[in-house]
Amino acid sequence: MATASLPISRKGRGRHSPLPGLALTLTVTILWLTVLLLLPLVALFIKSLTLGPAHFVEAAFSRRAIASYELSFGAALVAAAVNAVFGLLVAWVLVRYRFPGRRLLGAVVDLPFALPTAVAGIALTAVYANTGWVGKPASVLGLQLAYNPVGVVIALTFIGLPFVVRTVEPVLADMGRGLEEAAATLGARRWIIFRRVILPEIFPALVTGFALAFARGVGEYGSVIFIAGNMPFKSEISPLLIVTKLEEYDYAGATAIATVLLLASLILLLLINAWQGRELRRRSA
Amino acid sequence: MSAKNKAITEGLATKAILILVAVVYVALILLLPLASVFSEAFRHGWRAFKEAIVEPDALAAIKLTLTVAAISVPINMVCGVAAAWAITKHDFRGKQLLISLIDVPFSISPVVAGLMYLLLFGAQGWFGAWLSAHDIQIAFAKPGIVLATLIVTLPFVARELIPLMQAQGREEEEAALTLGAPGWRIFLWVTLPNIRWGLLYGVLLTNARAMGEFGAVSVISGHIRGETDTMPLQVEVLYNEYNFAAAFAVASLLAGLALVTLVVKTLLEWRHGDQLAAAGH
Repeated sequence: MATASLPISRKGRGRHSPLPGLALTLTVTILWLTVLLLLPLVALFIKSLTLGPAHFVEAAFSRRAIASYELSFGAALVAAAVNAVFGLLVAWVLVRYRFPGRRLLGAVVDLPFALPTAVAGIALTAVYANTGWVGKPASVLGLQLAYNPVGVVIALTFIGLPFVVRTVEPVLADMGRGLEEAAATLGARRWIIFRRVILPEIFPALVTGFALAFARGVGEYGSVIFIAGNMPFKSEISPLLIVTKLEEYDYAGATAIATVLLLASLILLLLINAWQGRELRRRSA
Repeated sequence: MSAKNKAITEGLATKAILILVAVVYVALILLLPLASVFSEAFRHGWRAFKEAIVEPDALAAIKLTLTVAAISVPINMVCGVAAAWAITKHDFRGKQLLISLIDVPFSISPVVAGLMYLLLFGAQGWFGAWLSAHDIQIAFAKPGIVLATLIVTLPFVARELIPLMQAQGREEEEAALTLGAPGWRIFLWVTLPNIRWGLLYGVLLTNARAMGEFGAVSVISGHIRGETDTMPLQVEVLYNEYNFAAAFAVASLLAGLALVTLVVKTLLEWRHGDQLAAAGH
């Protein structure tokens, strides 16, 4: 068994782990991440660098590409906002109330994590298209829910819900009721207590859930393409534009758009990590 | 007592309305689509459903999906456990960076992930010439599909285990070490019993995503019918051919898998919530 020993002692921890296996497990981990993640990432960045700045800008910020970013980011934003409201409500109901079917409701919330996106896509289309269970009554009222940007928002709402619920739920459950009681004793109304006492407490988690849902929505593909309609400039999301470019053997164009999406998601990831780290320190302080 | 409780909770009517809105929202967004999958799949009866499933291309897709999951899930399980061991049982520089890197695949668009592999292994990719000279096919073939599945499912096991093993600390392993147990035995006898439910949970999520991945696999598979079409891809092909009944039949198998996943996941959370709690479930 490879007994690991690191040459230099580390700052902070004064202690060296006597447990074996560091050399082996760290090698496996680094190989795993290099082959599956780092090498492909480098390939993408190098490919986009070899395009040259003029060509890159032309491909990454063509009118059609910009329209696709507007849709992908815009629809993800709207869907995340809808989920911030209703996800908070679902989390609230799950934590605070006892009612028949509560556990079932709690289990069903995770469906988007388990259901393959392509299945979600055709199912949402079946329900929200003009012939569907919801789409038909809506169309009578003159509302078109599928094959347009509304359809994109619906798909991203499906995908994003568990992110908000699962982020807010534990914070809500851990929250002490002491402040609420104090506020009530002082005669504050329930709604005021919610706004002034409860909301500030869960707000950071709500922002995290919102950001996670948004980040997931920006890159989402499978659940969207069936319900979107996929009209260039109107209902074409960025990941679909990448696929279209690939089908035309335009690797340069696909790479440029993919690089923009990738940078956006890495920046989002950094922001979310920083926000969560700040929250963790604040809570432990 | 009751007056105090009343002050920090809502009235019965408010409660009922809030519960109703939450249930209606979840029904509209999640339950109706799920129900529609089964309703569409069995619209033309059991016989039509069965015919759509035993059709050769559908069977080939089912077999491919099972094969891809059987290869990629164990790889990410072993590597995820290794990563969690290195990160939680040892101290080294760059640990935080490693944890962040493991998170990255969750934030990459699946389509972008697929494209990255195409740039490496496609005909015009970095290794394209070398691969074709040696008659090895990765892009538009099964190895590419496995790679795409591996990257999108990379974080699940590690992300489940890292917080769990961090919370459990190192004392038990260190005690076993002083008793003279070799490393692999420490892992099997001390660590594994402590993390088994968390590990199962991670494997469950890995498997669900592996069998259902669409975007990344779609880019790299090349859509060769009966050969490189997984079940989700087969759903798309059938749907685009307006063969809705068959598309929903295959989709209903995947939806069934999702339901099984949810049931097992919920059972794990109820029974072993204490172990999973560390990871924030």
